[in-house]
Amino acid sequence: MPIQPARPSSSLAPIRDEDFRFSQARHLLLRAGFGGTEDQINLLAEWGPERAVDHMLNFGEIPSEPDRPDAFDHDIMHPLSDQDQRALRQARQSRNEAVVEQFQKRRMTAQRADRAQMREIQGWWLTRMIQTPKPLEEKLTLFWHGHFATGYRTIEDSYHMYAQNRMFRANALGNFGTLLGNIIRDPAMLRYLNNNQNRKSDPNENLAREIMELFSLGEGNYSENDIKNGARALTGYTYNDDDFSFEMNRHDQTIKRILGVSGNLDGEGFVNAILRSRACPAFIATKLYRFFVADVPMDIKEMPPASRQFIAKLADQLARANYELKPVVRKMLLSRHFYDASVMKNKIKSPAELVVGSVRSLSTPTRNMRVLVEAMTQMGQSLFAPPSVKGWDGGRAWISTATMFTRQNTLVYLLTGRLPAGFNPIGMAQSFDARPLVRSLNNPARTDTPSRAHIASDLLRAVLDTRDEALAKKIADATEHEKRDADDPRTLTEMLTLITALPQYQLC
Amino acid sequence: MSLHNDPTRANAYTRRAFLANSAVLASAALTVPAFLQSSAFAVPRPQLGLSSIPGVDEDTILVVVQLSGGNDGLNTVVPYRDDNYRRSRPEIALPTDQLHILSQYGRSGAGDIGLHPSLTGFRELYDDGLCAIIQGVGYPNPNRSHFASMDIWHTAETNGTGDGWIGRYVDSQCCGFGAGESGQAPDPAANPEPPIALGTEIPLALQGRRIMPVSLESPETFSWAGTKYAKDLAEHYQQLMNTQPAEGDDSNNAFLTRTAMDAQISSKTIRDAVDQKPLVGYPDSKLAGQLSMVGSMIRAGMKSRVYYASHGSFDTHANQLFNHARLLEQLASAVNAFYKDLKAQGNDRRVVVMCFSEFGRRVSQNASRGTDHGTAAPMFLFGPRVTPGIHGLHPSLSNLDNGDLKYTVDFRSVYAELLDTWMDAKSRDVLGQGYKHLKVLKKA
Repeated sequence: MPIQPARPSSSLAPIRDEDFRFSQARHLLLRAGFGGTEDQINLLAEWGPERAVDHMLNFGEIPSEPDRPDAFDHDIMHPLSDQDQRALRQARQSRNEAVVEQFQKRRMTAQRADRAQMREIQGWWLTRMIQTPKPLEEKLTLFWHGHFATGYRTIEDSYHMYAQNRMFRANALGNFGTLLGNIIRDPAMLRYLNNNQNRKSDPNENLAREIMELFSLGEGNYSENDIKNGARALTGYTYNDDDFSFEMNRHDQTIKRILGVSGNLDGEGFVNAILRSRACPAFIATKLYRFFVADVPMDIKEMPPASRQFIAKLADQLARANYELKPVVRKMLLSRHFYDASVMKNKIKSPAELVVGSVRSLSTPTRNMRVLVEAMTQMGQSLFAPPSVKGWDGGRAWISTATMFTRQNTLVYLLTGRLPAGFNPIGMAQSFDARPLVRSLNNPARTDTPSRAHIASDLLRAVLDTRDEALAKKIADATEHEKRDADDPRTLTEMLTLITALPQYQLC
Repeated sequence: MSLHNDPTRANAYTRRAFLANSAVLASAALTVPAFLQSSAFAVPRPQLGLSSIPGVDEDTILVVVQLSGGNDGLNTVVPYRDDNYRRSRPEIALPTDQLHILSQYGRSGAGDIGLHPSLTGFRELYDDGLCAIIQGVGYPNPNRSHFASMDIWHTAETNGTGDGWIGRYVDSQCCGFGAGESGQAPDPAANPEPPIALGTEIPLALQGRRIMPVSLESPETFSWAGTKYAKDLAEHYQQLMNTQPAEGDDSNNAFLTRTAMDAQISSKTIRDAVDQKPLVGYPDSKLAGQLSMVGSMIRAGMKSRVYYASHGSFDTHANQLFNHARLLEQLASAVNAFYKDLKAQGNDRRVVVMCFSEFGRRVSQNASRGTDHGTAAPMFLFGPRVTPGIHGLHPSLSNLDNGDLKYTVDFRSVYAELLDTWMDAKSRDVLGQGYKHLKVLKKA
């Protein structure tokens, strides 16, 4: 069992400059981003904690490719025109099967095209995570996607998923109140939780319930009556094609009472009532903590004391900052607790962290995005298709005997191009050469070839931040070949397939 | 001497606690999966006595089929004679002439019930005396959240906290749990095999403390691909994965180390088992694929006594008729093929299939030709050893609780009977209290 200090720090005070070294800089880059190369880590370490964190945080200042609204076709799932709707209705009434079938065919063709576009968007986002100079922006976009979980299979409109993704990115480090206000106007979410069917004559509670249970307060912090009244406040909130639409004639204009606030509340009034609740900052702080800091239970009572205390402080900061996220995330990433020995190297990587992080830190080829997206799905994280409105549980829920193999084999794929059976052999051609990686770990002035054991030891340090000479020897022995030099590309790749198969590689 | 979790105790924990970083759970999980130690497992011997219990010829097996998302019970087992049914569901009530009207099995009520038109596969099983339908199954103070209600079914606790009920059963078979939570060292003579989940996730129901469940999605993905790059690495990979974490280590690192070892150890056995072609054809659906793998594992003589498959999503809030029909067709045809397979193997008498969903749906349809989250719903049990027919009372469609059915059977009484009669366990130890049996299973 790893030796840990008796009392882990729960301090929100910033880490001291002298305590911020290679391991801490690596930790910051893994958690606030997707990890990086030895050079990147060394640079952050050299900068010190404040500058390093601010560089990650102030991503608005880093130039990069914007996510253009017209990058994808918004028209594939275009609703029927009034004229078409009339024609379809008439055909149905007169039982004109040929016309009805024509409409059905049209819809099926559109759906097929749309599913293809959804796959493109999945690949686009994964590529973006791999290439971005602003990793925290993508990390937070992923956080909000998991928080306000919306699944493509229900909504069947890839452009709405894309638009929602852009909304998360634009507000990634903005204000939580704004995000909550946006989500009740977001076509994808309105469709996903059936609010387009929520009207005063027949309220649908789905969105109102999940807003409080999963997006803002957590179970036990509202009543069934709050849900009923919240649903009434959201009546008439729907969408028209790609835009939010408020249908006044469907909206309930009578008095509602939500979380102690009374009045003729609409969606904004509902959101404001939620933001006033003390449960809200605590819930959001817990979600942020679980995403960035540690695999702890959602229920505060079941957490280790240091986590509980730290989250309370974080929640307090969030309330004081009126839900502005940037100062709070900054405090979190600078805090002593964040760099506590109990926190570092003790979080299970999400599939996105595993895949994106491996490419970014080992500099492997990205090979085929479709394969990587599919591999992530097999690991339990299908982008734009979370398992439910609850998003991803994270932590140990990522891991089973099945996903352990998928994780190891995805690394084999990235390193060697070899796929497990069941995949088409695409992306195999490109070979990976780890020699630049290995060279970057050594003094550039060095001209001789280091021994295999030396290389294995270097790789273990770079990949796992670990010094374990016995393990290095095992890896070196495993990859011994009479006819190959110690730094033969095949030898290096073999070493890396073994190192990335180690259980520790699943931790960040 | 109970495996029941006392929620008032500090170390009772929820699923979330387990999944995150429980100090209690992983600490005691066996470092070596039990089936590594049972030599019979390494070489499948389907012709020999299959029991892991001395003196018993063949172990019985439970296959759970979870219907995720809340299956609409009223459109599955239809009380078509009740006028309230049609009145509450003007657009989605099923036409009587399309239903499979069920014959009597010496019990009242069957004639009032029709199965959904897509359940032809169930109707055949019913007519062959292989199907028990339990009506109105639920629990007190129903929770309408998918997650909360699923946790309640998985833990068999009305607060949804604690270990999984099957996990507790498996623990009860090996480790007694006499003194405190740590239990006793496993008894090598009665070393239960881990439950096996089909799919990548491990259901809470299977989470115990001593035996870690195994999960697999497909045999193709259930081995390390590094050997395809360099064959020689196989042996080194195995050695590296065979590291045992220290007893009592509950860190994420130890958890990962154990899982990697389990995966490596079970890989070949399971792939060999599943590589056999099934004896009958299965339909083309995800559930059918899962059950076909279960069939192959049973045929290969694997000694796991619990398999867990799932099917869905049944969360039919809008325009439900088409989707619900498709899901039920896949369900019925898959289970039907599974029993044909088991029968061809000669293993049918060893297996009971249990189907459940986390809740049923509202009596009245909604404005979107769908149904919202409800409460009580039917369960199904299959196999030659069930008491065929209709069990339990159908809840009233007029005497409702806030628009929802009032349950007439507590699901834990079904669990209790399965544990006592089918799995040779003591349900009182596993469930914390006794429940009256419905006699849905024939005595051996």
